[in-house]
Amino acid sequence: MSALPLISLRSVSRTYRTDGVAVTAVRNVSFDIAQGEIVAVMGPSGSGKSTLMNMIGLLDLPSEGAVHLEGANVAELSEDRRSSLRARSIGFVFQSYNLLARHNAIENVALPLVYCGVSRKERVVRAEQSLQAVGMLHRAHHFPRQLSGGEQQRVAIARALIASPLIVLADEPTGALDSRTGAEILALFAALNRTGQTIVMITHDPGIATQCRRTIRLHDGELVSDETVAELLPRRSVAS
Amino acid sequence: MTMLQGFQIALHALRLNPLRSFLTMLGIVIGVASIVTVFAIGSGAQLRLQEQIRSIGANVLMITPGAVYQGGVRLKDGSKLTMTEGDVQAILEQIPEIQAAAGSLAGTAQVIHEGKNWNTTINGTTTGHFMVRDWQLASGRYFSGGEESGAGKVVILGSTVARELFAAGDDPIGAQIRIMKVPLEVVGVLDRKGPAQDDVAFVPLSTAKLRFLGSASNINRDSVAYIIAKVAADGQMAGARSEIESLLRQRHRVPAGQEDDFKVQDPAAAMEAQQGAIRTVALLLVAIASVSLLVGGISIMNVMIVSVTERTREIGIRRALGGRMRDIRLQFLCEALVLCLLGGAIGVAGGITLSMTVARMAGWVTSIDGEAIGLALAFSIATGLIFGFYPAHKASRLSPIEALKTE
Repeated sequence: MSALPLISLRSVSRTYRTDGVAVTAVRNVSFDIAQGEIVAVMGPSGSGKSTLMNMIGLLDLPSEGAVHLEGANVAELSEDRRSSLRARSIGFVFQSYNLLARHNAIENVALPLVYCGVSRKERVVRAEQSLQAVGMLHRAHHFPRQLSGGEQQRVAIARALIASPLIVLADEPTGALDSRTGAEILALFAALNRTGQTIVMITHDPGIATQCRRTIRLHDGELVSDETVAELLPRRSVAS
Repeated sequence: MTMLQGFQIALHALRLNPLRSFLTMLGIVIGVASIVTVFAIGSGAQLRLQEQIRSIGANVLMITPGAVYQGGVRLKDGSKLTMTEGDVQAILEQIPEIQAAAGSLAGTAQVIHEGKNWNTTINGTTTGHFMVRDWQLASGRYFSGGEESGAGKVVILGSTVARELFAAGDDPIGAQIRIMKVPLEVVGVLDRKGPAQDDVAFVPLSTAKLRFLGSASNINRDSVAYIIAKVAADGQMAGARSEIESLLRQRHRVPAGQEDDFKVQDPAAAMEAQQGAIRTVALLLVAIASVSLLVGGISIMNVMIVSVTERTREIGIRRALGGRMRDIRLQFLCEALVLCLLGGAIGVAGGITLSMTVARMAGWVTSIDGEAIGLALAFSIATGLIFGFYPAHKASRLSPIEALKTE
């Protein structure tokens, strides 16, 4: 692992207060993620995975402890700065794809660049490259409803990649897909990781976790294990 | 995100729901159209009045018959012609401020020239009439002294009558026309003074009396229907007016304490007062039209709030992908602005069409000025900003995490 971790969580806790009742979703979690890693965050539902992802993705701030992105404490950044960092440094992939239904694939893919101040012409060029990278260029002008689930998720991955983010955050990316399509999406992530892309994948599926080199397990908001295997399973290394 | 991108996103969103977008902006369309129409009609009416004021000429006093008592019964103003040519002479000779004065008798009749005829006002007067009104000839001459005293069979045409009776290339001067079977020679054609003023034919006063109105029972040989008089300078108007009043009281032997049998009026001043009234009414109507703009604004706010709610997930996605709060605010503000601007533009077009239709159908003069259009558009931009701000602000304050959870 390199000297300066890409992301570092130090004693992070997140407490929500609803109707006067405090609920701690994440409790005292610490770990680092280095450049080039592919990490599975596992745990049953309600274990705090999504809360953790929101904090890593700069959508939420810890109640206690600190999240550092490339050494900078994200709580000390302005809301606008965090938004800009989301556009440039974080690529989100959601379980339900979250494509804008009224925009076609290429417009959806180019969307983060709108918030990076990239010109329309360059947005189109880069969106095409990004679609090409996930094998979806032939569907560039299709609307989400005209695409299958797997195709929509590929478009969403192209969107997550377009700004060349430091990290891709995927929240149950195969959760809405059948097992075969899910396997294809996982293979895509694995291929991306081999090019050096850092990926954090949240899942409750142990089968997916086994395909990641490192697995962080959460239970009731607490980190219960953080294991790195020496090598990926041989079956994965021959894929693609 | 730039303003331009904001407008692009807004246009994209509004195009997806054209009927809703149109219905949303309808209030603005109606409001702006009414404002433009009211302005056009109001300033048209003012223009017409100004033209009338100009056509009367500067510093003109008009003397008309007043109330008459016959055996203790008060008759309607003007029911008896109380002014005479003698009054005109006396005013000219005895009041130094008066530069020119003329008495007139007027009626309407058919004027005929060869195959063409036209119904117009026949005004019997003297050359002084044209001096009082600063009315120049386009061609020909005024009446001669002999024609004025000897009931000469001559006529001076207003430009409308000349146009209606003569073909474009024809020179009316020297031509014979007929009015009530009397043949008259055209000796002059007047300059244009305004559509309402140019539809007239002038004959000498003596000609009018002898040849057209001689049989009318309420006319005595000397009387005129009204007198117009020109005062030398603006500052002398009030003085000249009271001098005329005392002169005529004396000449008409009006006993002290009894009402005058004539009225001295300053038509320009009266019309200016009328102009003020028109302005007040127009402003009132604009105020009423503004209410529909307000209603339009509220309807935009309503639809925008619904739209923000419907698109909560989109807002969450945009925030997650790097949209700043101000980007979201700008996006929705642009939508409201586009709705208002588009509505405003349609409203301006509708207002122009409507006022042109009114002008054609009711025969009113309307005038569309850039100021009214600018004002209406400024109003619609202001409406967009005011009523679009709250929904846009609301959208920008949504928590991205909560927004992403929304189905």
